[in-house]
Amino acid sequence: MDASTLPSQPSTSLPTDATNAAPSLTTPRSAVRARRTARPWLLGFVLPVGLALGWELAVRLGLAQGRLMPPPSKILEAFWSLARTGELWVHVGATLGRVLAGFAFGALFGTLLGAFAGASERFRWIFDPTLQALRAVPSIAWVPLFLLWFGIFETSKIILIAVGVFFPVYLGVAGAIAGIDRKLLEVGRVFRLSPFATVRRVMLPAVLPEWIIAIRSGLGLGFMFVVAAELMGASEGLGYLLLDGQQMGRPDQILAAIIAFALLGKVCDGIVVAATAPLTAWQDLRRGRL
Amino acid sequence: MFVVQGLSKTYADGTHALQSINLAVEAGEILAVVGGSGCGKTTLLRLVAGLDTATSGAITVDGEPILGPHPAVGIAFQEPRLLPWLCVADNVGFGVMDLPRGEREARVAEAIERVGLAEHAQRWPRELSGGQQQRVSIARALVARPKVLLLDEPFSALDAFTRASLHEHLLTLWAASRPTVVIVTHDVEEAVSLADRVVVMRPRPGRVFETISVRAGRPRDKLAPGFDKAKRRVLNALDRSLKTAEDHQTPSAGGAELWW
Ligand SMILES: Nc1ncnc2c1ncn2[C@@H]1O[C@H](COP(=O)(O)OP(=O)(O)OP(=O)(O)O)[C@@H](O)[C@H]1O
Ligand SMILES: [Mg+2]
Repeated sequence: MDASTLPSQPSTSLPTDATNAAPSLTTPRSAVRARRTARPWLLGFVLPVGLALGWELAVRLGLAQGRLMPPPSKILEAFWSLARTGELWVHVGATLGRVLAGFAFGALFGTLLGAFAGASERFRWIFDPTLQALRAVPSIAWVPLFLLWFGIFETSKIILIAVGVFFPVYLGVAGAIAGIDRKLLEVGRVFRLSPFATVRRVMLPAVLPEWIIAIRSGLGLGFMFVVAAELMGASEGLGYLLLDGQQMGRPDQILAAIIAFALLGKVCDGIVVAATAPLTAWQDLRRGRL
Repeated sequence: MFVVQGLSKTYADGTHALQSINLAVEAGEILAVVGGSGCGKTTLLRLVAGLDTATSGAITVDGEPILGPHPAVGIAFQEPRLLPWLCVADNVGFGVMDLPRGEREARVAEAIERVGLAEHAQRWPRELSGGQQQRVSIARALVARPKVLLLDEPFSALDAFTRASLHEHLLTLWAASRPTVVIVTHDVEEAVSLADRVVVMRPRPGRVFETISVRAGRPRDKLAPGFDKAKRRVLNALDRSLKTAEDHQTPSAGGAELWW
């Protein structure tokens, strides 16, 4: 049996090769690629839009009550009425202000300490273990302590957000600096750059792409922590809106606030991406290749 | 004139990379360095470029000692080592940023023109082929007008055609300002077609085994019988240098001259 199947292998593998090659022969390759790349992002809408429409219909037709999970039309209505009365913008403004303030401090210290840790072995030996230990603490665990130390007003919130932003930025920058190609630094040495010029002309540009990624993940965490900060007591902010919705038994308001969070986070990230895109135009991205 | 005297290098881990290297290279001379892998060629160039410090011995360029990176010495590394965030023109101008703008731009434009990349001046390094990147890196070293130009296997990653055209580029560049050139290569034909003298090194520890003079006009005729003879001579020396058993005496440079 073995002896009879072995010689026939080349002939049996031939048809499969032919069928694999068939599509590219019958249809132009560009058409195949267009079909593959143009559609998939639309596919992503099928599930959420379908679910939303289904739920809307179910509630309209009386199949479901929609009290705990209001239909999309009610959520949009809540969102719209918050926007129209101007209430939404007050909350968005409060939340955004906290995120930006906390983000500014967290990103600044994360970048500075990350730079020191990446550049100086001694600094790393002294500070990194402590920072890593602090990182292991779930940041929400700081809340009671911060409330005791900094009171219940803005300071404690901003510090909590700053702590959340600090760690991804610190780790990202330290890793980026430690990972700078020694060969490129040597090019700076050959041309006798001063230490300052080496930082400005070689190290900074080299770590820029990773710094931007660190900043973006820091900003994302900033939004996570602003919710925690606002849930621990605030009189305005999207987190307050969440809490208020819960206490008033208004799921539509909670969902409207969640949508506002999603949009705000996406817009902020988009701004960071757009603002920094020209700085990293030199990168060998796959996007540039395809 | 560029002189290396009794240069030795022992690395921190005890590797005896170089032992009493003596070289005297005339201004404007092209010197090729060949030798088996690990015989200290890169170590030698790095010492001359001031990137590492010698264990003992001295290097001088026109009487000035080299104690660290020096404006009189330029180096093009084995890899192009271009800064990916700078366009070709800015990469070439990287080492001359302290010149006044007008002069800098003129020099950069001239260097780019010379290596035949004028229409690529504003492109990113990633958009260039390997050979083009290598030319940018040579232009970057040249634009600072060093008296001594060190090239560490600059063409080793390239195909024969690109290599031959880069040889021409290099010789035109050299003819323009006549720097002293030290070129490390694994390619005997490359050594013989470029250099005035070929230094054959021998490993463990690295030292000069033999020096072969190639006295011929440029451009060199690769079909001339003398060319083959010189090549064979270098190959032969290389062969013997790798047979480390016998303790060979370094012959004097004068005895190994070759004419055609
Ligand atoms: N940083 C270093 N630390 C310790 N030993 C080193 C170091 N760099 C090189 N060596 C050793 O020194 C010797 C010479 O190395 P070098 O790089 O100069 O050789 P090379 O002639 O350039 O070889 P190749 O032709 O393969 O590039 C080798 O034995 C190598 O292992
Ligand atoms: Mg080498």
